[in-house]
Amino acid sequence: MSYKKNEDLDSGPGGAVMDKMTVFQDCIAGFNASPIQPRKCRVLLTKLTYLLSTGDIFARDESTRLFFSITKLFQHKDIALRQMVYLVIKELARSADDVIMVTSSIMKDTTVGSDVVYRPNAIRTLARIIDASTIQAIERLIKTAIVDKHPVVSSAALISSYHLLPVSREVVRRWTNETQDTVLAQKIFPQAAYGGASGGLGIGPAGPAPSVMTQYHALGLLYQLRSHDRMALIKMIQQLANAGSALKSPAAVVMLIRFVARTIDEDRNMRRPLYSLLEGWLKHKSDMVNFEAAKTILEMRDATDAEVSPAINVLQLFLSSPRFVSRFSAIRILNRFAMIRPQNVNVCNIDIEALINDPNRSIATYAITTLLKTGNEASVDRLMKQITGFMNDISDEFKIIVVDAIRSLCLKFPSKQASMLSFLSGVLRDEGGYEFKRAVVEAMFDLIKFVPDSKEDALAYLCEFIEDCEFTKLAVRILHLLGEEGPSTAHPTKYIRYIYNRVVLENAIVRAAAVTALSKFSLIDDASVEESVKVLLTRCLDDPDDEVRDRAAMALRLSATEKTLAKEYLAPESVPSLVALEQQLILYVTGGPDAAKVAFDISSVPFISKDQADADQFRAKTMATLPILGVSSMESGSVAGSGGVSPSKTPASVGEDFAQKYAAALAKIPEFHPFGAVIRSSRPVPLTESETEYVITGIKHLYNDHLVLQFDVQNTLPDTVLEDVSVIASPNMADDETEPFVEEFIIAIPRLVQESTGTIYVAFSRPCGEENAYTGAVFSNTLRFTSKEIDPTTSEPEEEGYEDEYQVEDIEVGVGDFLVPTYVGNFQHMWDQLSFETSETYSLSGIGSLSEACSSVIESLSMQPLEGSETPLQSATHVLKLFARTLQGGKVVALVRMAYSAKTGVTLKISSRAEDERVAKMVVGGIA
Amino acid sequence: MGQVLGRVLSKLWGGDKEIRILILGLDGAGKTTILYRLQIGEVITTVPTIGFNVETLTYKNLKFNVWDLGGQTSIRPYWRCYYANTAAVIFVVDATDRDRINTSKEELKEMLSEEELADSALLVFANKQDQPGAMTAPEVSQALELVGMKDRSWSIVACSAIKGEGLTEGLDWLVEVIKEEQL
Repeated sequence: MSYKKNEDLDSGPGGAVMDKMTVFQDCIAGFNASPIQPRKCRVLLTKLTYLLSTGDIFARDESTRLFFSITKLFQHKDIALRQMVYLVIKELARSADDVIMVTSSIMKDTTVGSDVVYRPNAIRTLARIIDASTIQAIERLIKTAIVDKHPVVSSAALISSYHLLPVSREVVRRWTNETQDTVLAQKIFPQAAYGGASGGLGIGPAGPAPSVMTQYHALGLLYQLRSHDRMALIKMIQQLANAGSALKSPAAVVMLIRFVARTIDEDRNMRRPLYSLLEGWLKHKSDMVNFEAAKTILEMRDATDAEVSPAINVLQLFLSSPRFVSRFSAIRILNRFAMIRPQNVNVCNIDIEALINDPNRSIATYAITTLLKTGNEASVDRLMKQITGFMNDISDEFKIIVVDAIRSLCLKFPSKQASMLSFLSGVLRDEGGYEFKRAVVEAMFDLIKFVPDSKEDALAYLCEFIEDCEFTKLAVRILHLLGEEGPSTAHPTKYIRYIYNRVVLENAIVRAAAVTALSKFSLIDDASVEESVKVLLTRCLDDPDDEVRDRAAMALRLSATEKTLAKEYLAPESVPSLVALEQQLILYVTGGPDAAKVAFDISSVPFISKDQADADQFRAKTMATLPILGVSSMESGSVAGSGGVSPSKTPASVGEDFAQKYAAALAKIPEFHPFGAVIRSSRPVPLTESETEYVITGIKHLYNDHLVLQFDVQNTLPDTVLEDVSVIASPNMADDETEPFVEEFIIAIPRLVQESTGTIYVAFSRPCGEENAYTGAVFSNTLRFTSKEIDPTTSEPEEEGYEDEYQVEDIEVGVGDFLVPTYVGNFQHMWDQLSFETSETYSLSGIGSLSEACSSVIESLSMQPLEGSETPLQSATHVLKLFARTLQGGKVVALVRMAYSAKTGVTLKISSRAEDERVAKMVVGGIA
Repeated sequence: MGQVLGRVLSKLWGGDKEIRILILGLDGAGKTTILYRLQIGEVITTVPTIGFNVETLTYKNLKFNVWDLGGQTSIRPYWRCYYANTAAVIFVVDATDRDRINTSKEELKEMLSEEELADSALLVFANKQDQPGAMTAPEVSQALELVGMKDRSWSIVACSAIKGEGLTEGLDWLVEVIKEEQL
C-alpha cells in the first residue's frame, strides 16, 4: 500500500496529488483521525515536506493549524513516524505560531535515558522551537547531549547550539567546556547501541570513519564561541595543532587551517609561528589538508619566495597524481597564484605542460591558462596553437577563463598582438553564449585601448562580427566604439559602410545606436565624408522607429550648425554621473506635485570628464580581472598598513556610490547648507574593532572652507539605551604654526536604542586661504554618552543612567583627502608636462615586502596606480607610477622607486611633479 | 444475535478503539504526576509542562490515550486545540490552593461551554489530600459549583497522587460511564 502511495508522490509538482490545499485538508483529517494510521500519516508528512521544500508557503494560520494537528501524532510510538514528525515540525517552526507547545514532548525524547533512534531528530527540532525566554530550560539537556558518547547525538546537539547562537549567545557560551571536550574526544559509532533490531541509526561499519563529523562540528562551534576573543582563539589553534594527532577528522583540520588563515590575516605578529604550522600540514596524510594548507600559504599576503616554495612543491607532486580531483585542485590553486606571481610557478612548467593533453578538459584549460601566465614570449605561439585545438571541446565557462588569460597576455606581450587577435577573432566566430562573446569583445576593446598597433585590425574584426551578431547588447557596444574610434583612424569611410548596414538590417535598438555612431563621422574634417554621412542620415529619417528618426533628425540639424557646437552634442567631453543623475531624478519624481512645478535642474548633477570615466572603468576592470583574493588582501593590507584597524573589504568602486549617498544625506541637514557642496567624501574607516560593544565608523567630508566628520555609531548591546550620544573630536595639528581647525557644532544622537545605528556629525571650519588649502590634522575622538540599562521586567530603560566615555581610534585628515585618484593613459607624457619637481627618500623598516609598500603608498596618497605598477613583479626592486588630481583639478604625478632587502626593509624614493610646487611637496611629504 | 453483539462490543472496548482522555487543570495541580502514577505506577519528578505529555494506558481492558496539557496561563488557550473526539475530561484541582479555586472554577466553566466537549464525561480530582488543610471533595464540589450541572455525567473524587489514593476509584467510575455511554 505504501509503495503505491510513494508512486503518487513521484508524480511531483503540478500533479493533482500535490495540490497544496488538498494536501492541507488531507493532513488535517489524517492527523486528527483516531486511531492513528502511521503509514498513512507518514505519506502525508512526506507530501508536506515536499511542498515546504519546493517553496510552497502556508499562511500563518494554516501553518499553525497544521502544527497543532501534527502534535497529535505524538501519541503514536512508531519510530519512522516520529522522525517524520520532527522533520516537518522543524520546517513549520518558522511559519507557525506557538510551536512552543511541543517543548515537553520533545524534551522527553531527548533525555539521557531515552535511547531512541530519533533522539538526534528531537534535539535538532528542539533548537528550532526554543526562544530566548525558554532556552535556560534546555541548557542541561543540550550540555549532556554534546558530551554524549554517540557521535550522531553529539553532532545534533552541536549543530543545534550553532543555531541557538543568534537566540542567546550568552547561554550557548556556557557550553564551551563541553564543546572543548568533544573536539578532543574520540567518538566511535557503537555497533548496535541504538534501536537494536529496529535498525539502529542506519549507519553501519561502512559509514564514515569514527567521529569525523563530531570533531568538525565541535570545532566550528568552538570557533564561534571564541571568535570575539583573539587570545583564546590563538590558544585554541595552538593547542589543537600541537596536540598533533588530536584532530582525527581531515575536515576539522581543514577548518582549523581556515581559522589559521584568518588569524594570520588579522594579526601580523602571529604570522611566523602559524606559518610553521601550515608548513607541517603540507605533510599531513590527508590530501584535502595538504591542499588547504598549500592554498592558505599561497594566499597569505606578501608571502616570501622561501615561504611559498614548499607549498608549490607539494602542489607540483599532485600535478602528476593519478586522481583527477587531485590534479584539478592542484592546477586550480597554481593557476590562481600564477595570476599574482607567475615567476614562482615557473618551476612547475614541465609538469603543467604534461597536463595540456589531459583527458579532463577542465584540467587542460587550467594548465594552458597557467602556462600563458608563467610562460615566456617564445612559448606563446605554441600554446596558442594548442588552445585553438580544443576550444570547441570545453564549456563556455572555461572558454571565458582562456579568453581572460589571453587578454592579460596581450597586455603583457604587445608584440604578440597579431597572433592573439587572430585567435580572438577566430573564437568570436565560434558558437557560444552571451557571457563568452562578451569576454571576447571586452578583450578586443582592451587591445584597442592599450595596444595601439592592434587598433585597425581589431576594429575590422569587430565590424565583421556585428555583421552577424545575435546579441543586441554587444552590437550596441561595438557600434558605440566604432563611433568613438572610427573617425580618428586613417580610413574612416570603411567603417561607415558597416555601420550603415546595421541601419538597414537590425532591430530598432541597434539602428538607433548605429545612427548615433554614424553621426560622429560627420564631425570629420572632410567635405565629401560629411556629405555622404548626411545622405545616409537623411535616409534614416524614414525609419519606422521614433527613436531612430529623432536621433537622425538631431544629427542632421547639428551637422548644419557650427562644428564646435555639433561636437559638444555629438562627442561631448564630459557626461553626467549616472548614479547621481538617477538619484536626482528619483528625488524629483517622488517629490510630489510641488517639485513637478519646476523643471528638473540638470546642473545639480555632477559631470564626469572622459578622464574620470576612464579611471572608473579601469578600476572596475582591474577589480574584475584580479583574483578575488588578490583584491581583498590588497585592500585589507592597505587599511591595516595605514590605521592598524581591522580590514575593510569595500572595493573602491563601491566607495564612489557611497559618496553619492552621503552627499544626499548631508544635503538633507539644514545646518550644512551654508557650507556649500561637498567636495569629497572619504571611504568609511572603522574606528573600533568590529565586535565591540559600540561599533563606530568614521567618514570625512570636505567642504570648501569646512570639514565635517561623520560618525556612524552602532549600539550592539541588547539591553542598554544610550542617550545624548556625541563625539568629542579634538584636532592635533602637525605644528603650532599652522592655523587650526575650529569646531563649529556637533549634531548628536539624542537617543540610541539597543541594537540600532545612529549618526553623529561634527563640523569644523577649515583653515582658509590659498596657503592653507592642504592643511591636515589628526583628530582624536572620544564617544561620550549616558548609558541606561533596560529593566528586563518592564522592557523600559531605567530612570537614572550614568555618563560614560569610550575612546576610539584617531581620524587623520591628510594628503589622501585632497587628492582624487584619476586615470591617465600615458604616464610619461604627463610626467614631461609638469614642471615643479621634488623628491625625498624614506626607509620603511616596518614593512615586509614591496607589494605591501605599494598598497600602503597608494592608500595613504590616494592616487591611481598606472600601467599595472601596483603589483610588483620582482621581490627586490619596483617602480610605482601614480597619478591624481587635486580637489581643484590640478594634476599631480608621482614616481616611486623602491627596493627591498630582508635586513633593512623597504627603502623608497618618491619623486613628484605637479602644476603647483606645494602640491608636489605635499605628496612627497605624505608618506612619512 | 447476542454473540454477534458481543463481538461488536469487544471490538469497541477491548480492541483497536482508543479512548481519548484529557487531563486539565491549573499549573501545579499535579496533572503530570497523576498521568505517570497511572501509567507506570510511580511518582516521578516533574518540571512544569511546556506543551503536553501524551501516554497510552490500558485499564480494565480499555485502551486510553491520555493527554496531559500544561496548566500555565500561557498554555491554557491551546487546550481547545485538543478537545475534539474527547471521551472524558479529568479536571485536577489542587485542594490546598484556596486562593485560586475561583480561577479553577472559571477555567472549568469556560472549558465545558465548548461544543466539542458537550458529550464528554467529567471527572474532578481534588488532589493533594495528603497535605494538611486540603479541602474535602464536597468543599471543592461546592466551590466549583458542580452540583447544578445537568446534561453531563460527572463525579468528584478526593485523591492523593503522591500516595496513590483515590485514583483507581476515579478511573473505575470513568470506565463505567464510558462503557455505558458507548453502549
